[in-house]
Amino acid sequence: MPLLLTVALTHLAGRRRQTLVSVLGVALGVGFFIAMSALMQGFQQFFISSVIDVSPHITLSDEHREPTRQPALVAYPLGAVSVEGVKPRDERRGVKRGLAIAAEIARLPGVQVAPSLQGQLFLRYGSAERNATMIGIDPAAEARLTRLERDMVAGSLHALETRSDGIALGVALAKRLGASLGDRLTAVAPSGVMRSVTVSAIYRTGITAFDDGTVYMPLKQAQILQDRHNVVNRIRVRLSEPTEAPAVAARLEARYGYKAESWQEANQGIFNVFVIQNAIMYSTVGAITIVAAFGIFNIISTVVFEKTRDIGILKSLGFAEADITRIFLMEGLAVGVIGALAGWLVGYALVAGLSSLRFSFGGGGGAMSSDRLRLAWSLYHYLAGGAFSVVSAMVAAWLPARRAARLNPVDIIRGVS
Amino acid sequence: MTVPVPTPVLEARGLSRVLPGPVPVTLVNGVDVAVAPGEFVAITGPSGSGKSSLLYLLGLLDRPTSGTVLLEGRDTAPLDGDELARLRLEKLGFVFQFHFLLPEFTVLDNVLVPMRKRAALPRAAMTEHALDLLDRLGLADQARKRPDQLSGGQRQRAAIARALANAPRVLLADEPTGNLDTRNAQTVFDIFRSLAADTGTAVVTVTHDEHLAAQTDRRLHLVDGRCV
Repeated sequence: MPLLLTVALTHLAGRRRQTLVSVLGVALGVGFFIAMSALMQGFQQFFISSVIDVSPHITLSDEHREPTRQPALVAYPLGAVSVEGVKPRDERRGVKRGLAIAAEIARLPGVQVAPSLQGQLFLRYGSAERNATMIGIDPAAEARLTRLERDMVAGSLHALETRSDGIALGVALAKRLGASLGDRLTAVAPSGVMRSVTVSAIYRTGITAFDDGTVYMPLKQAQILQDRHNVVNRIRVRLSEPTEAPAVAARLEARYGYKAESWQEANQGIFNVFVIQNAIMYSTVGAITIVAAFGIFNIISTVVFEKTRDIGILKSLGFAEADITRIFLMEGLAVGVIGALAGWLVGYALVAGLSSLRFSFGGGGGAMSSDRLRLAWSLYHYLAGGAFSVVSAMVAAWLPARRAARLNPVDIIRGVS
Repeated sequence: MTVPVPTPVLEARGLSRVLPGPVPVTLVNGVDVAVAPGEFVAITGPSGSGKSSLLYLLGLLDRPTSGTVLLEGRDTAPLDGDELARLRLEKLGFVFQFHFLLPEFTVLDNVLVPMRKRAALPRAAMTEHALDLLDRLGLADQARKRPDQLSGGQRQRAAIARALANAPRVLLADEPTGNLDTRNAQTVFDIFRSLAADTGTAVVTVTHDEHLAAQTDRRLHLVDGRCV
């Protein structure tokens, strides 16, 4: 073993208990870092994959990001134009040439498209009345695009295809109405059209807002109820590569002029929460590591103080300042490295323990629910935790090491003799 | 004053050391000295006369305020800290009043420290040389013991063995017998004298013991930092 390392390890061995405490401090810091990272990233990945799974990657809707500009404003872009008394035009709402656009998008490689018509609906069954969002769909396209078919608890999407008056209810809505499979309900749309519909399917997504307030029916039926024949107002797109959604959305928006919202944009609020969540986690774990670094600073300062005599004699024997600095940096490094290795074990154990936990929630089932903690196993967490602890150990050791290197041997020898 | 020596191994020219401060304190004041190879020199003088300060200057542990130290004819004034450390490692050996052995290391390992630092020999040769040194100093059977298992005289001899590990040209000793009884003190001086006579190593020792100082080749008497 090199001489400097021998001296460094001898110092640590002389303060075994304090060294152990410092190593444990680093180990806990690294361990918690790994466990917290696994928890946070696991949850976020689970959430994102659920979002990607449940919702379309891009939704092209009959909305525009900017209100239509008045011709006067277009004609005088630099002028001070004031237009008053503008009344909204009573347009036929919907994506113009929607079905044609959908067919066009469907020709892109790796893309699934489902056009739909969304609107409000009033459902009556006996004396029970509920309003709901109705989504007119093409059941076959819907099956390819979302996990609706997998969420079915009674009936099937296929049943919607086979009968024109079919309707799929969320499980909570069916319960509130007291309706079950095969029951006939009365549906009234804001257009005034009233039709009789048959419950052909019941689904459960696990998201209460969906299960309680959304109904699916064949596109044709929805168009009749809304009195908007051949109109669609949503074109939902699913990509083989979800991360490309923003770029594809931007292209679609540029081409068709309608607002195309990627899943990232639709969930921006949640991603902002993730950023804050990560900031909180990393500052908490950072604080643990800083405390651990103080432990290292403390032990090395103590050793420098205790070993002042040895430092003096080593310098008189011909050790240069850099040698002395190296000895104490090695001590910090040793604590950091051993702590990081122990921390990997602690982190591994914590992650294994957390991932074996099982929870039971009432209701259960559906895309967004889980009976366990989702943990992300990542080598990156281990490397980052280890690197952080080693670097902070070196920084913590640096100050006492410099002080030791600058000690004047003459002062030390005079003080003892 | 100093006797002119043909080829001094260690030489001081106009050496002064002043402690700065509101009232500057002059520790060493214009000392000229030359030590020949194999010469055994005692620095004597009353307490506070600057004996130890002069020794630290000669041993390149401290920097003079003015004047210079020449080691084997080479001026050390322009050298930086690392180069001085290198010279201490290769050319000089120190013995102090306190033994300064590393307490966790065995006697043998203590002697090996300067050799391992210098790394001029293979490990086995270092151990052989260290054991040989310890044997010459009567510590052959103490090699595997730790310093706290040794008597005061044995510790000081172990410290001498360590100082001699790299076969220095000059051995500098600061009150090496200060903590020893008469018999052990005499042993240390006998070692010094035979070292100077047999190996040509110059020995410069600070002592306030007149009886021991009388056994050296030459005495350098300091009063208020000056040679008299």
